[in-house]
Amino acid sequence: MIKDLFLMNGYGIYVWSAFAFTLISFLSLYTIISLQLKKEQKRFEKNFSSLSEEKYGIAINQEIHKEILKHSGSKI
Amino acid sequence: MFNYLNPYKIFKINSTLQRIIFFCFIVVLSIGLIEALFLSPEDYLQKDSVRIMYVHVPAAWISLGIFSSIALLSFSVFIFKNKNLIMVSKSLAPSGILFTLIALVTGSIWGKPTWGTWWAWDARITSMLILFIFYILYLLSFRIFKDRERVNKISSLIAIFGAINIPIIKFSVDWWNTLHQPASISLTAKSAIHSSMLIPLIIMTAAFALFSVLIFLMKYNTELIKIKNKGLKRL
Repeated sequence: MIKDLFLMNGYGIYVWSAFAFTLISFLSLYTIISLQLKKEQKRFEKNFSSLSEEKYGIAINQEIHKEILKHSGSKI
Repeated sequence: MFNYLNPYKIFKINSTLQRIIFFCFIVVLSIGLIEALFLSPEDYLQKDSVRIMYVHVPAAWISLGIFSSIALLSFSVFIFKNKNLIMVSKSLAPSGILFTLIALVTGSIWGKPTWGTWWAWDARITSMLILFIFYILYLLSFRIFKDRERVNKISSLIAIFGAINIPIIKFSVDWWNTLHQPASISLTAKSAIHSSMLIPLIIMTAAFALFSVLIFLMKYNTELIKIKNKGLKRL
């Protein structure tokens, strides 16, 4: 029965390859976008921590900056 | 209206929504895969190869939907001059191009057992290939041009020009003799597909839509942080 599920009357190779391609594509795009997001979050954290005291004071008051740091798991 | 497009608000909502959407996507996709691969019946003519429909059709629908949205947003950029709209449309493009590629590849795989060929210069397939090229051009414009004003104009023009292709894809099966059959599902008429096949198709479409929303949210946040990074350097 399990063999029948895989063979699908001879169409298994087509069906499974179409589904596999779709799922691999999903996984690849998700991984790429996740890595890009993490890279930008790290860059932001690095730039933020290198700010002078005066600039830091200006930057930290912006809500968006606080939110980005919060979601990147920063301890700044 | 543009108060809702405030980057801070969107970023805050995005970050919370991502986890919820990811969870929903996994659940819906799992149900969809079980339905599509094991529970739905085989077709009397195409037998089990019809199961490819459950990935091919949703991918094609969503790729068209995303490009239409990008074109509409790009048109709005010219009217409202809101740069955030560009960021929204740019963030939609990665999932759009992926779904177009999936539609082309799975269509090719489906073509072999059904039509006896991997590829044919059929009106529907060719117009989908043109859509794929427009997606590439749209994304490339952001990499090629560095001047922000220029990028906004060129990418928007590509999207608006590419939108001409959308009705061609939709009506290609009616206008020309193609290998594809006419639409079996319509919003205005009764579906020609039996519910045992229609339900898995709807579930898979929902899963694909959730995935595109997830990618959009992640990409939007990436783009927003990128801009804020440049802002920090200018402080």
